[in-house]
Amino acid sequence: MSVKKTFLSPWRSLLFFVILLATLVWLLPFVSAILTSMRSNDDIITRGFLALPRQISFNSYKVAWTRGGLSHYLPNSFIITIPSLVLTLILSSLSAYALARFRFRGNRLFLYMYVGGMMLPFQVLLLPVFRLTDALGLYDTYWGLIAFHTAFQLGFCTFLLRNYMRTVPGEILEAARIDGCSELRIWAQIMMPLTLPAIAALATLEFTWIFNDYLLAIVLLRTDALKPVTAGLATLQGQYVTDWTVIVAGALLATIPTVLVFLFLQRYFIEGLTLGTGK
Amino acid sequence: MARRINLSRFVPYFFLIIPLLIYLIWVIGPTIYTFYLSLTDWDGLSQPHFIGFQNYEKLFRDPVFYISLKNNIKWLISFITIPVVAGLALAMALSRSIPGERFFKAGFYSPMVLSLVVSGLIWSWMYHPANGLINSVLRSVGLDFLAKGWLSDKNLVIWAIIVVAIWRQVGYVMVLYLAGLAGINPALIDASKIDGCNAWNTFRHVILPLLTPVTVIVVVISIIDSLRAFDLVSVMTRGGPYNSSSVLANFMYIEAFNNYKMGYGAAISVVLFLISLVFILFYLTRVLQDELEY
Repeated sequence: MSVKKTFLSPWRSLLFFVILLATLVWLLPFVSAILTSMRSNDDIITRGFLALPRQISFNSYKVAWTRGGLSHYLPNSFIITIPSLVLTLILSSLSAYALARFRFRGNRLFLYMYVGGMMLPFQVLLLPVFRLTDALGLYDTYWGLIAFHTAFQLGFCTFLLRNYMRTVPGEILEAARIDGCSELRIWAQIMMPLTLPAIAALATLEFTWIFNDYLLAIVLLRTDALKPVTAGLATLQGQYVTDWTVIVAGALLATIPTVLVFLFLQRYFIEGLTLGTGK
Repeated sequence: MARRINLSRFVPYFFLIIPLLIYLIWVIGPTIYTFYLSLTDWDGLSQPHFIGFQNYEKLFRDPVFYISLKNNIKWLISFITIPVVAGLALAMALSRSIPGERFFKAGFYSPMVLSLVVSGLIWSWMYHPANGLINSVLRSVGLDFLAKGWLSDKNLVIWAIIVVAIWRQVGYVMVLYLAGLAGINPALIDASKIDGCNAWNTFRHVILPLLTPVTVIVVVISIIDSLRAFDLVSVMTRGGPYNSSSVLANFMYIEAFNNYKMGYGAAISVVLFLISLVFILFYLTRVLQDELEY
């Protein structure tokens, strides 16, 4: 892009202010939520949303965390997300390696299956998976949910890692083969290290996706003590129907892990999002 | 030597076997099994019995099905227009050096980090008829007549939910277009300027065609996302009032898990599947084209 140093011409200043305004409007829901969470419900009802709060309190956070159950919902989210993430990344890097670097019968078919599956609205699978999970005795356990997350994310991860692995120069692998390196060692010691940037990006993105899942959690889990934070928030909403300060404080608490991931791994997150397009 | 070659033929299958089995059991198998379930009277507890196409006959006479389908279409059309145009415009504006561009970018993609459940809750509160931010602001500036029950008015509710979905989607599209723009060779743009193109013509005849691959992906993603719509509806209205904000996925969930009509729910899933299949096949043929190029 040609960089012209026209320093804030009238047209550009206008553009600047339009974008500034749009960004501020975009951030309003956050502002609304943060302001609400630090007030008391009575204060909002009696004096209105726009009134200056009489006092700032973090009581709503405390209520959401303790009585609202976030203290066990949030750890549950990690218990479900981390194993799913690790399993799906390992398994997809195995299948991606096969699809990226070998010519064999079924290669194209398997690739299409992964791509087709990744685009499926997963609601389509919901009822059979519910039945399968129940038949395997995994209904209402963490593992039932972990198994499905692992399996469903395989499509997207395999597709992206396969495309990335195709960009690795073949000479490196060939040299290792000539030196008598087994295929498993090539995968583990050459392919994986070279794929690490893509895996990091993918991990960041997948963490957010699995962590934020709601539908599967409400279908495959029934016991409240096992629920991840998304399903927990829905329960909280039912419990504190009119007390919006607690609901909103709970929602903000539930966001902290993904916000932290985003803040510290923002570069990878954005890379992950664009991995699918840049080829 | 001959034996070695034979063995090496199995190497790719050795890498594939475990992930592929898991994928077949949890994803591909269930997709096919849904078709069977849709032909049964399964209630989630007892054994399913085959009942032919009764679920479909009932479905095509069910008014809620048509409401849901229309809402999905409204969602889809909004999704392939507003966020795409807004995301592209933002990407164009932010791809040149503007003061504070990092803040602007972060501002627009921050909603993506939130789960749909959290977004739904935060917006439900914004839409709150008495004390929500939107109505409070409208009333304070004297626009009382505009202050509505955003989630209780059956003509407004689906649009109120789509707004939230768009709020999350714009940043995503912007990121994809920013990556696309970064990949364009600046020499092409300079050349068009030397040839006398103004800014609009450069955009229309040089940049936009070069962004076509990104646009295809953006549109496909938007369509798929609009068919997946569930969480926002579930958290904000559960499809109400009077099913006016129902979407197919939500309709399916309620029939299957609240009314225990799993066979009927499966029939809804099949319809959802067939609609998405059109777009999946379209995308797969694009992938095929790209692959054949080298």
